[in-house]
Amino acid sequence: MSVITSASGTEWEIVSGLEVHCELATATKIFCSCANQFGEEPNTNVCPVCLGLPGSLPVLNEKAVEYALRVGEAFHFTVPAQSVFHRKNYFYPDMPKNFQTTQYDEPICEHGWLEVDGVRLGITRAHLEEDTGKSMHMGGAGGRIHGASHSLIDYNRAGVPLLEIVSEPDIRSSEQAAAYVDELRSTLKAIGVSDVKMEEGSLRVDANVSVRRIGDTGFGTRCEIKNLNSLKSLRDAMDHEAARQIEILEDGGEIRQETRLWNENEGHTASMRSKEEAYDYRYFPEPDLVPVQPTDELRAHVRATMPELPAARRTRLMAELSISEQDARTLLSTDGLADFAEAAVVLGAPPRDAALWTTQDVSAHLNVLGGGATVEGLDPGLLVETLQLVSDGLVSRNQGKEVFAAALAGEGRPAQIVADRGLAQVSDSGALGAVVDEVFAANSAAVQEWRDGDDKVRKKKRGFLMGEAMKALKGQGNPQLLNQLIDERLAD
Amino acid sequence: MNSSAFDIAADVRAGRVSARDVVEQHLATIADREADVHAFNLVMADVARRQADAVDGDVAAGHDPGPLAGVPLALKDNLCTRGVDTTCSSRILQGWKPPYDATVVTRLRDAGAVAIGKTNLDEFAMGSSTENSAFGATRNPRDLSRVPGGSSGGSAAAVAAGFAPLALGSDTGGSIRQPAALCGVVGMKPTYGTVSRYGLIAFASSLDQIGPFATNVRDAALLLETMWGHDPLDSTSIASPLPTLVQGLDDGVRGLRVGIVEELTDVEGIDPEVRAAVSSAARALEDAGASVDRVSVPSTMYGLDAYYLIAPAEASSNLARYDGVRYGLREEGTDIGTMNANTRDRGFGAEVKRRIMLGTYALSAGYYDAYYGQAQRVRTLIVRDFAAAYERFDVLLSPTSPTIAFEAGSKTADPLAMYLSDVCTIPTNLAGHCAISVPFGSDSVHNMPIGVQILGRELADALIFRVARALEVNRGA
Amino acid sequence: MTSSPARLTRSDVEHVAKLARLALSDAEITEFTEQLAVILEHAALVSALDTSDIPPTSHPLPLVNVLRADVVKPSVGRDELLTSAPDAESGRFRVPRILGEAP
Repeated sequence: MSVITSASGTEWEIVSGLEVHCELATATKIFCSCANQFGEEPNTNVCPVCLGLPGSLPVLNEKAVEYALRVGEAFHFTVPAQSVFHRKNYFYPDMPKNFQTTQYDEPICEHGWLEVDGVRLGITRAHLEEDTGKSMHMGGAGGRIHGASHSLIDYNRAGVPLLEIVSEPDIRSSEQAAAYVDELRSTLKAIGVSDVKMEEGSLRVDANVSVRRIGDTGFGTRCEIKNLNSLKSLRDAMDHEAARQIEILEDGGEIRQETRLWNENEGHTASMRSKEEAYDYRYFPEPDLVPVQPTDELRAHVRATMPELPAARRTRLMAELSISEQDARTLLSTDGLADFAEAAVVLGAPPRDAALWTTQDVSAHLNVLGGGATVEGLDPGLLVETLQLVSDGLVSRNQGKEVFAAALAGEGRPAQIVADRGLAQVSDSGALGAVVDEVFAANSAAVQEWRDGDDKVRKKKRGFLMGEAMKALKGQGNPQLLNQLIDERLAD
Repeated sequence: MNSSAFDIAADVRAGRVSARDVVEQHLATIADREADVHAFNLVMADVARRQADAVDGDVAAGHDPGPLAGVPLALKDNLCTRGVDTTCSSRILQGWKPPYDATVVTRLRDAGAVAIGKTNLDEFAMGSSTENSAFGATRNPRDLSRVPGGSSGGSAAAVAAGFAPLALGSDTGGSIRQPAALCGVVGMKPTYGTVSRYGLIAFASSLDQIGPFATNVRDAALLLETMWGHDPLDSTSIASPLPTLVQGLDDGVRGLRVGIVEELTDVEGIDPEVRAAVSSAARALEDAGASVDRVSVPSTMYGLDAYYLIAPAEASSNLARYDGVRYGLREEGTDIGTMNANTRDRGFGAEVKRRIMLGTYALSAGYYDAYYGQAQRVRTLIVRDFAAAYERFDVLLSPTSPTIAFEAGSKTADPLAMYLSDVCTIPTNLAGHCAISVPFGSDSVHNMPIGVQILGRELADALIFRVARALEVNRGA
Repeated sequence: MTSSPARLTRSDVEHVAKLARLALSDAEITEFTEQLAVILEHAALVSALDTSDIPPTSHPLPLVNVLRADVVKPSVGRDELLTSAPDAESGRFRVPRILGEAP
């Protein structure tokens, strides 16, 4: 539970449910064979069907159904025997038919849940529908709708399949909301149904927010917040909206049920329309489509091809690689990172080292390369070989990091890099002993101080001798052997 | 000139006549009478000539152009034709050239048919007289002071006037059968889903069906057979095997059980001469070996009311896309909402607006259950009552239209009176069944044709053609 | 049984015209109020039927699962589509200003 303490000292909590619109990563649109492709020239992925031309008719994409069922599996949904498309009627120029084909009282998925930090959050439903086109507002300030003189419409996005995932009002803080969306995103991505890019709009979140005093069990009047383009804007908008509502309620006011838009730049929400102006959508069954009754065969296929889900994988990685939850999350936060670590383990790397070197050094490598760099193509064998050189004592751990970075950068196999850079660690006791003897001879005063000194002095002098020896070896001495030889000489 | 489509195709395929000559003859007939009848929104003379030449080229090259080789075909102007104006007889679509062909248009062209023009209709197929056209009313070729019926009045008139031996119409509540009856031709509504609706501009999607017009039963069967069949572009198209509609046409009606639907025949508003024609049709079938009895299909009496809630509801949504943004008419406005509303007010005629209003109301919050929801339940009752009747009867019989063709202008001021023209045809659409209107006699006062309707259950299309053929053969008796 | 709704009023017609985006004249609103009321009264026959155990039929066909393979097919060219547009600019459909966000 997350408590918000107002200026007056009253304790409040947020009550929230989220509506997440997820664009499905099918090859074609939901009701026609146009490419489902982001970023194309305007109005090039359109046809009579998705442009709503007179006489055209929709035919449902089987992949959209399969993807919806994958989502059903991932979030423990019940899949009803039948789902039905309806028409949601309202006029808006980005919608070619002036109705949206969507599912209404018979959605494809019902009653699911996901777990966030040990808390199970209910998901009411998930239903299939078509996306709208996009408007560009011209002649106003900053491309905003307000003050524009006219608008230009691109229907490439019209008809892209959407899955709308509606949660129960189980969310109690903005952090929990962000964690819910994060879990949803990573799972949708893992099961291959969406590329979940909030910045490209392939995942869009609307938040229903109300507040209540701690201890109350009823629900307050809620506002729906739209235009949330990142997890940060979700958190900020919810916190801001909660504060706004608390202030009104503490002043004795009432919350008006309305839709509010989050203004990212100005950091506040503003009213879009109130419930009194709400549309009368006149839903009725879409007569141009027939019901969907997922077959046992299709459901079995979906089950058989489900990958391991992020939550389960996280738990497994923590156990198998002996790492913390944070490290497991890091491994899973970048595509392919966990696969890289696991592949290294399969090839013989020690599990924990493989995981930690991957989270630190592979991540660092990607950061150096900058945006767009992916794990794809990196050879886990490089990590296995590097860790082998370290455990064989041929290079130190720090040298190993240098070698691994160079190997990832394409300079060659680790062993070759060690040779090229002359990094091989000196582990020959004879050679090391000769160096130690030289150091002791050249620094007899320090050796004497060690012999006369207390523990503190001894520690300092011993460190000095070790440093001199390592310097003479250009850092390539095997530290364990060196330590051992120095201790032996000092004990003489 | 009065050759059947069957004979024309046979002659063209055999090289006895050229498709070009056939087209020229029909264009000459059109030139002669079209100014009076106004069957067409557009006569596609040049396109038709080119198409006919292509058919003749095929024949000359030894290729078979198909079962409708060189047969002129009139297309209701709510069927999309690539690059050719398709208006639905509405100002809102005036000048629109679809970028694609309706599936039926493609199929019939591939079968050698020659599209000769786009026929007039009640705007968006909403009407029963073809007077609700933005481009002027069509008149009945049998009596120019009378209506041809509607909404496919242009197609019915084109066939009746000899402008084309075949025409396509669409039937949502009787829009093929009623004008066929009023013009004295054969018109048939196939089972829902047997003919692709892709490219048919929607009026009420769960009721609309494309069907044939012809001067005789065999031509109508041939036309339906040619366009019948599954279309992957129409989700409501059924994958039913191609029936042999033509082949079994003369198998007769011996042993068939025929039921006269009391609620559609014996009720107030049915012209006594029309009722008499149904009785004599029944006798003709009995004489041919069928057994005839009366049958009650009680809920059909609610069909009209259910229809006038369901069809406008679907239409209100189907016609929302005409908003001045992507195609068709635009009437400017200071903002998008005003532009939409101005466009729709100027672009749609009164009947279309009336039905959009009615349908929007029937679906709106607080009224859905009482109107649309209730109408859908009545639809279930009608399906059930028909099912019960078809346990006892193979086909049913009724008038097609309560009256003969009425005087132009006589019902335009009274929408409800106009709606009653469809009372006998609507139940078939609500059930998704098939029905055919076949001319059977004339009225004694005006010598105008009377049509009788043969109704069949779903996929009984071949059977009702066979019964219609029996009536056609025996109507002289 | 569903009770018959109250008689249609002028303000109902005005509201419906707004929902249907029709800029009706006063004369049209008057005419439609009368005509639609008559039609709806006739339809009230249907509203009065007892259909409490009857399921609705929204479609005459019992078809289910009509699906299409997820394979891209070429679209219609943009020029052909924009030629039909009442107004276009930069490859897009141009419309007068929009007064509010989508619902």
